[in-house]
Amino acid sequence: MSELPHTAFSLRRVGALTSNTLRELTRLRVFYVLLLFALLLIGSSFFLARMTFQQEFQVLKDISLGAINILTSVLAIVATARLLPQEIEDRTIYTILAKPVHRGEYMLGKLAGVLLLLAITTLLMSALFLAVLYVREHTVLAETARQMRAAPPDHLEEALRNVRASAFNLNLLPGIAIIFLKAALLAALTLFVSTFATSNIFAVVVMVFVYFIGHLEGTAREYWQQEHGTGWIASTFLGLVALLFPDLQLFNLVDDVVAGTPILPALFAKTAALGGFYVTLYFLLAWAVFYRREL
Amino acid sequence: MIRGLLILSILLVTGLAKIPVEAAISAEHRREHFRAVEFGLGLREQVGQLGFIAALSGFRALVADFVFIQAHVAWERTEWGRVLLLFRQVTTLQPRAILFWDMAAWHMAWNASVAAMNDPAQPRLALRLRAQREYFDLGRDFLERGIRNNPEKPQLYEALGRLYRDKYHDHAHAAEYFEQAAALPDAPSYDRRFAAYELSYCAGREQEAYERLHRLYQSGERERLPTLLKRLKFLEEQLHVPLAERIPDQLPADTPKR
Repeated sequence: MSELPHTAFSLRRVGALTSNTLRELTRLRVFYVLLLFALLLIGSSFFLARMTFQQEFQVLKDISLGAINILTSVLAIVATARLLPQEIEDRTIYTILAKPVHRGEYMLGKLAGVLLLLAITTLLMSALFLAVLYVREHTVLAETARQMRAAPPDHLEEALRNVRASAFNLNLLPGIAIIFLKAALLAALTLFVSTFATSNIFAVVVMVFVYFIGHLEGTAREYWQQEHGTGWIASTFLGLVALLFPDLQLFNLVDDVVAGTPILPALFAKTAALGGFYVTLYFLLAWAVFYRREL
Repeated sequence: MIRGLLILSILLVTGLAKIPVEAAISAEHRREHFRAVEFGLGLREQVGQLGFIAALSGFRALVADFVFIQAHVAWERTEWGRVLLLFRQVTTLQPRAILFWDMAAWHMAWNASVAAMNDPAQPRLALRLRAQREYFDLGRDFLERGIRNNPEKPQLYEALGRLYRDKYHDHAHAAEYFEQAAALPDAPSYDRRFAAYELSYCAGREQEAYERLHRLYQSGERERLPTLLKRLKFLEEQLHVPLAERIPDQLPADTPKR
């Protein structure tokens, strides 16, 4: 039996690590978040039944996309934070790194596993949300057509157009893609933090702070750039926040998408490129720290 | 230690490179009407500390919906002061959601104003009328601010037209706002008709109204609705239009009966 020569980088090894990480995370029953999501949708629908269809669709979309946003962000942080510290604590990392697996491949496999998990979770939650929206849209369309049988055709047409416009629109898809990008960024950043964290709790706590500071980064950057006459201590602090943290507000477009603001392709491409840049940067930094880390 | 400093310097250097990119994307977001909310002390006072933190953390729409649901409950309990306060918070948090502006104006100008007019606790008619008028003004204020935040959408112009028509009985302003709605993309076809109807009630503008209604009449069967025919007949009488130029008295056989 001929053996394949050992290469510096192998997609097969990364793939094996990815599927292993995904399997391991799945065993942690992270998909329970889907159950939580479904319960939230069902729970909110009791209240939504009291509203008009425009209110119902608006609130349904806001709650669903808000829940996808928060659940993917939490999952990205919690799932990634436990990867390295847990493997070091369980000593399973030694059996992997004792084999001809590079640390870069190991890190890439771990990150890819989490990203795959996030992609599956986002897809499943989005499918559930879109299915509920589709069913409600068709119910409301049928009700409207029945109620307005006697109305002039252009009034009926306008009413049906309003129902369709209030329910699904294609802009929701780039909005969901940007939610995934934000979760991917958080996963890569958590992986970086976990390379020097001593426990997963430490990594989670750091990431919670990073999450809040990241949402304030835009404000800090604007104050820093405008130089509002603040003292040098405040100015240095704002500058450091602006330089060291990602601007997470740039990935919060979905609120306005629900309100009817479209994401233009160029803007989506720029936001996606920025997200990709951050994921790559934090992965490379994680690799750089982990490369020479004493285990 | 050296590695730590190296990582920090890489973060600072990439930070210097990413700042102009982030600033440019942020500016583009504002141009495209994203993130139109200013996170200032005013918002903090309106939505409370927890709401402010949640809104800052990317859950602005969720906070707005939560407040909206509270406003809905307040409306069911007819707590008008609370409805007003909560809708001010909702529209501050989600200024791009047409629905919230429209609902806020409707609650003020239609529901709260009627409640004020029928207030059994206020025996003086003059004061009830004043309270009713104040609620009309609050409704108008919501719609005007909504239009300033969403100038490209026809719905709020149309709602303001309805408010002037049904509450202030100011047909000139109603016609103006229906006309503005009709000029925008995605406006329903009836906005042009509504603008012409309102104009037909404005003293001194009968000729202009007649010409518009006649143009609509000539544009096809679809526009020949009972109200349009009635207003056109009325104006023909008012303007003494020669008999030969008047529209037929009998509806054509294929005119839809509505």
